[in-house]
Amino acid sequence: MKGRLHSIETFGAVDGPGIRTVFFMQGCPARCLYCHNPDSWSLDGGERDIEIPEILHWAERGRPYHGEKGGVTFSGGEPLLQGEFLAEAIRALHGIGIKSAIDTSGTYVDEYTEAAIAECDLVLLDIKHTDAERFEIIAGRKQDTLFQLIDLINKHDKHVWIRNVVVPDINDTEEDIEALNEFIKKVRHVDKVELLGYHTMAVNKYGKLGITYRLKGVPAMDGERLAQLRALVRVPSAE
Amino acid sequence: MRKEWEGFVTGSWTEQIDVEEFIRLNYKPYDGDDSFLAGPTERTKECYAKVQELLVAERKAGGTLKVDASRIMRINAFGPGYIVPGKDIIVGLQTDEPLKRGICPFGGIKMVREEVAEFGETLPEEIDKMFDYVTTHNDGVFKAYSKEMKQVRHLGFITGLPDAYGRGRIIGDYRRAALYGIDYLIEEKQKDHEMIASRHVMNEENIRTAEEVSNQIIALKEIKKMAESYGFDISGPAKDVKEAIQWTYFAYLAGIKEENGAAMSLGRTSTFIDIYAERDLANGVYTEEQIQEFIDDFILKQRVARHLRTTEYNELFGGDPMWITEGIGGVGMDGRHKVTKNSYRFLQTLYNLGPAPEPNLTVLWSEKLPEPFKQFCAKVSIDTDSIQYENDDKMRPSYGEDYSIACCVSAIQMGQQMQFFGARCNLAKILLLGLNGGIDERTGEKVGPQMEPVGDGPIDFDDAWKRFNVYLEWLMELYVNIMNIIHFMHDKYDFERSQMAFLNSEVKRLMAFGVAGFSVAADSFSAIKYAKVYPIRDENGVIVDFRTEGEFPKYGNDDDRVDEIAVKISERTIEELRKHPTYRNSVHTLSVLTITSNVMYGKKTGNTPDGRRAGTPFAPGANPMHERDNHGAVASLNSVSKINWDTCQDGVSNTFSITPEALGKDRETQVDTLVGLLNGYFERGAHHLNVNVLNRSLLEDAYENPEKYPNLTVRVSGYAVRFNALSKNHQKEVIARTFHQGI
Repeated sequence: MKGRLHSIETFGAVDGPGIRTVFFMQGCPARCLYCHNPDSWSLDGGERDIEIPEILHWAERGRPYHGEKGGVTFSGGEPLLQGEFLAEAIRALHGIGIKSAIDTSGTYVDEYTEAAIAECDLVLLDIKHTDAERFEIIAGRKQDTLFQLIDLINKHDKHVWIRNVVVPDINDTEEDIEALNEFIKKVRHVDKVELLGYHTMAVNKYGKLGITYRLKGVPAMDGERLAQLRALVRVPSAE
Repeated sequence: MRKEWEGFVTGSWTEQIDVEEFIRLNYKPYDGDDSFLAGPTERTKECYAKVQELLVAERKAGGTLKVDASRIMRINAFGPGYIVPGKDIIVGLQTDEPLKRGICPFGGIKMVREEVAEFGETLPEEIDKMFDYVTTHNDGVFKAYSKEMKQVRHLGFITGLPDAYGRGRIIGDYRRAALYGIDYLIEEKQKDHEMIASRHVMNEENIRTAEEVSNQIIALKEIKKMAESYGFDISGPAKDVKEAIQWTYFAYLAGIKEENGAAMSLGRTSTFIDIYAERDLANGVYTEEQIQEFIDDFILKQRVARHLRTTEYNELFGGDPMWITEGIGGVGMDGRHKVTKNSYRFLQTLYNLGPAPEPNLTVLWSEKLPEPFKQFCAKVSIDTDSIQYENDDKMRPSYGEDYSIACCVSAIQMGQQMQFFGARCNLAKILLLGLNGGIDERTGEKVGPQMEPVGDGPIDFDDAWKRFNVYLEWLMELYVNIMNIIHFMHDKYDFERSQMAFLNSEVKRLMAFGVAGFSVAADSFSAIKYAKVYPIRDENGVIVDFRTEGEFPKYGNDDDRVDEIAVKISERTIEELRKHPTYRNSVHTLSVLTITSNVMYGKKTGNTPDGRRAGTPFAPGANPMHERDNHGAVASLNSVSKINWDTCQDGVSNTFSITPEALGKDRETQVDTLVGLLNGYFERGAHHLNVNVLNRSLLEDAYENPEKYPNLTVRVSGYAVRFNALSKNHQKEVIARTFHQGI
């Protein structure tokens, strides 16, 4: 079985716990305003196809670095676009004793999603926005898939790291964070909530790809403001 | 038993010199964390402030503050000197003032004349005249060199040879001074001398050794006198921790007073000193704060040590290094780790006295090091970029539990071994020479065996490999012979009596060869094998460039197709070296280490098949070429870890830069991640890692605005420098290196 690959990063320390081997899968249904990987959108783009043995090879090469906490993360693009492949890859990784996380945008669910979620050890779940209308403005997709995904996650008792990109004027108020605190109560096991500051480092990529960058002129998120907002976050299971 | 030894567990170390056994029987492994550590005292702050002031003045003066050419550097050439008179608690300077540099002419008077002239000083006539009659090491070597030897040196096939200055890389076991006192060491040397001089066959080796031991005895007596000038009688053992530090330091100081060797390591003193510290703490002799203060002052002294160098020398070994390398941690043969409170105290100096390149603090990493210590080391790396890591689990089986590190990455058994330092040969140029059939690509000069140059291409891999091997075979024979001459002459004309006095009289010797251009050679072979490489010739038919069509795997991405070529190159090199007998039966070893000479080597090398342009710096040591390792830090580290240390026992150096953001979002995660990287890398069998945690933009700003960053310290290649002490060219090369970033 083949998956479509955007790229491999052999060292990831910010996409799940510990040191992780990260597979960026190609293709994404969402068109988030602030996406920093627009080159991962198209389903037939990307580096090449990848098969399970190669996934195992790179995971094995990373194993001494993983320690007790680390493992593999499937990111993207939207990895759940290739749910069938994901489920099989994660199963094979379990076969050699390596844990996997799925880093999802929450914008896509299909008949293979449940198998992939059931198989994985952790979900990194991007919330984008708690408000349905704003969610759609940011992602170009309806929020429904996010709720479906949360149901699947809860059904299989999976642990979650919530992630939310904070963009000036879009979701950077105290009220936004309060709404987020309420929203994530829907998720049964939240281990961590990460607010990620919007940055402008991807702007050049858009130019190269000939895609209009829609957040032109929006400044990067101020670090101090972000720290203030972080202090307002409540991790439900920690309460 | 001596009363200074009261409270110590006795063993055969009381009957004969055996520091290793003394340590094994007496040290206490420390499993706790850093919470016991003390900050700087007011006195420490005052002395540190004085040093800071002097360092600023030194930088303003262009890198050298003061030169005293009035006398030759010998153990007692200068009277006592202090950083802050009345405030120094561990005493002793090379000259009579901090940062003042003297002259060491026995390695080579020519270089001293150049050095002195560069600083607008003149050599006193009687010293100048003296060398009409006295032969230096440098004179001797050039009297023996063949034309071909001079040619390969001048064309840059072998560069940085220690044939014009002190060779360095010798580490006396200076702890012996503290444990036994000088008188006992003299007695032992006298016995050795009598034994050697009374042998039935007085052959060259025995005669030479007998003379050497006599010179060591003279040095030991002079060291006692030097200590007396500071008000200390070091004829007997040290009685407490302060004296143990002081005695050890006097022994070390003698070496750097009269030898300007490139690398003058301290050895492995921290756990040894801890034994005294523990005894004093238990007996209430000194407090933690006092002991930390002694260590701080000991380290501060090492930070003001200097040698006079020429501009040309600095181009090779940038940043004014001394390589006062100290090995910290490691594990004993009985499986107990050797981390003590003093391992922490040494690292704590980087907080108490701020980040600094010297001493070259080297953590001997093992999976068995206690977790809190691993965490502390990672924290220090993130905060200071001042320390390096070497794989104790790799070195211990070959060098035992009491080895130390000469220069950057070269293990030496304490007290038992010495090293003949041998710089490095240029692998990329050997390949180019092979393709050209014996014509130097830069000058068109004929050199080495002559054969038809390679055809118009695409170049066949097997043919290129064969050619490379022909010239490797030729150059390695020459290399061994050059080294034999250099070390014969150094022993004869510039014998390191004061350092050798702290080694066994009949030492085992290692002869340390090296390679540069490692990743360029590997990538070039990869290009030839996996892409199509066509030579481009100049009007004389000399291949001066290449047209490379297609993609090829590059070293640094954990891709066996090219990494295996890299491994093979290192294996072939040591195989060729071992074919040739060495001076004093020394053991051939090999390093993949460049110091900062990767810049100079690149300058002397034409265009290469991997696409590197003529004159462009090589990557340092065993590093992947700049920015070519683009599959993440783990892939990069994995590639380097494939270089088998057993074939490169003189060390495989990797300098690694990563941004703090890539290590994690918060400090705790960053520390955990760095520990994880080190664990994984060393578990893979890798040997060495220099760790820098910083952003390229910081270095770019420091390049433009040096005055903003007086203390910015970076690891460059087995050692650290103050960024400002590097030349602009070296700074540019460091900035061009791969910085592993967040995704």
